[in-house]
Amino acid sequence: MDQFKQFLDTFFFGMFPYVTIFTFFLVTIQRYRSKAFTYSSLSSQFLENRQHFWGLVPFHYGIIAVLTAHFIWFLLPETVLWWNQVPARLYIMEVSMFIFGLMTFIGLINIVLRRHSNPKAKIVTSKADWWVLGFLAVQVITGLYTAYFYRWGSSWFASSLTPYLWSVIKLSPDLTYITAMPFMVKAHIVSAYSIILLFPFTRLVHALVVPNPYLWRKTQVVRWNWDRKKIRTTEKNS
Amino acid sequence: MWWNNVETKPGTGFPTRWEDQDQYKGGWELVDGELKLKSTSKRKTITNIFHNTDMPTLDDYYEPWTYKYKELFDAPAGDDQPTAKPVSMVTGEYMNIEAGPNWDDDLSGSPLYAENDINLDVLSEEQRDQLFAIERLMMFYFPRICNHCVNPSCVASCPSGALYKRGEDGIVLLDQERCRAWRSCITACPYKKTYYNWNTGKSEKCILCFPRVETGQAPACFHSCVGRIRYLGVLLYDAEKIEETAKRPDHELVDAQREMILDPFDENVIREATKNGIADSTIKAAQESPVYKFVKDWGIALPPHVEYRTLPMLFYVPPMLPVMSAQEGESVRNINDEYFPDFDKARAPIKYLASMFGGGNESHLRYVLKKQSAIRAYRRAVTVGDIDLLEAEKALLESDCNPTEADNIYKLTSLCTFDDRFVIPAAHREEAIEMMKDPLEHKQTAGFGFRDAPARGM
Repeated sequence: MDQFKQFLDTFFFGMFPYVTIFTFFLVTIQRYRSKAFTYSSLSSQFLENRQHFWGLVPFHYGIIAVLTAHFIWFLLPETVLWWNQVPARLYIMEVSMFIFGLMTFIGLINIVLRRHSNPKAKIVTSKADWWVLGFLAVQVITGLYTAYFYRWGSSWFASSLTPYLWSVIKLSPDLTYITAMPFMVKAHIVSAYSIILLFPFTRLVHALVVPNPYLWRKTQVVRWNWDRKKIRTTEKNS
Repeated sequence: MWWNNVETKPGTGFPTRWEDQDQYKGGWELVDGELKLKSTSKRKTITNIFHNTDMPTLDDYYEPWTYKYKELFDAPAGDDQPTAKPVSMVTGEYMNIEAGPNWDDDLSGSPLYAENDINLDVLSEEQRDQLFAIERLMMFYFPRICNHCVNPSCVASCPSGALYKRGEDGIVLLDQERCRAWRSCITACPYKKTYYNWNTGKSEKCILCFPRVETGQAPACFHSCVGRIRYLGVLLYDAEKIEETAKRPDHELVDAQREMILDPFDENVIREATKNGIADSTIKAAQESPVYKFVKDWGIALPPHVEYRTLPMLFYVPPMLPVMSAQEGESVRNINDEYFPDFDKARAPIKYLASMFGGGNESHLRYVLKKQSAIRAYRRAVTVGDIDLLEAEKALLESDCNPTEADNIYKLTSLCTFDDRFVIPAAHREEAIEMMKDPLEHKQTAGFGFRDAPARGM
């Protein structure tokens, strides 16, 4: 039994990450190169407008905040630990992140309800969309559970999970800290990897094409299909 | 068919009351002398990217439907005639049809639709009652495609940079491969001629049939217009004047836009155009352009809702709807012999037309209508002869016209051939394509461009 458990740990935390990350890069790039048309947020606001607001807005703002926090814990563990030395600062961080997590959860519930109850929104919801929603639900629920029952996540993330994630990136996964983690935390990590795996095959790719040159570009866009001067010269010559 | 429709005016069209920019917030506005997108500025677009606040939805258009024709054949024998019930083309469920693309055609359901026309807001209560009095009822058609604006708000609003104006011919296109469905253009276009395809998850618009235009052919809707009222030609304009033009006050916008359009016979213009690489064939087409004649030479074509400040490049000759008869007690007096009508008494209130075509400036409408009626009287004097020719010519001169110009207008509007209506220089893309792509690159494969069906997701 222990051996089996050990195998599962090795598989999910030592091998699975590489499968997902490799697939993520390969498919995302290939899809962008050959099927750029499929990169879209696939908005359904046009079909249903009211529930859309109560689902999409809290969900997106919530998840952006929570994801950013995860990235900071991962990239700047020392800073996070220093910040958390003062209890007041720790509480502010944990409580605000928990609220953002709840926002994400409420948004997600509204999205699922909308997609299920509105016939028009339902018709444009593919199987892949339901998979995405399912995994996101697991992710958010395990995340909220972890944050509530295993305090204080930001501190032990920085001290235990950050070294693990770096070891994965350095191609020598160190599972010392992982094996001792409670089930919900492990589920949270595995479901995160699964979402990375789903990412390139689903609508999630829209997160990669957020408007960017838009912020710096000129107001109007004019495209020339050919070199005008060159056309004139050939016309003159003929 | 949301890229092309013909509406009845007065009427609301689709999305219902699209001209009401207080509701739909499309186009530009002047804020402290600066041009700003009404609701899709960069800040607003980014902060509202998850939920576009002012976007019209399917309910503002209409739910597309078909009928279950099969039920006509499958119905069990009974006392009643079987019917084909309507089903939604979105969900496939039975539905109650409440609106459609031609719902208010020819003033049908006027109390519900025509009375809600936003352009009627400029009229007084009395004028409005008069307009809908049955003996004064008037209507005209308003064909609408993308205006291929010079200052397009859809292009300016697109966060993905998918919308662009083509340098060569000014056609505004939406790159389907770059559209990410942020939906800003739907809100930004005040004419609501970019629309969201819920099925593919991309926005779409009229492409002015650019593959036809590139080869010198008329776009399909222009080509097939049974009334032969659509004309297409080249206009040269000064791109540096665009911003300044779009900033002028409402009542000056029509004139300002005309000033921006350059005279293709002017030697300076020809020299500069040549220097900028514009082909001789294009300059020649600009000189023969029917649109240039309508807009600049004769001044009888006006841009629609110029006050949205997108500088639309489609122009309309406003309809002449004179008083034909008037009720006097029990009888109706025919006043058809009045060839120089008083336009303030005309069935279409000048104010109403000015709200659509003049940016609120009535003088343009008076000018156009006066000229049209003078030409009509003049032609009647020439062909029928029951009007004094001298008097008709005098009326022409009073309308800023002369017999030669009147003949030209008559010819181009009534006796025009296909080649008069469409003066389209073929693009030189056959040479250009080789600069961008190797024509043999896809030899023995499925060819250039889209090779997958445009479908939702992966």
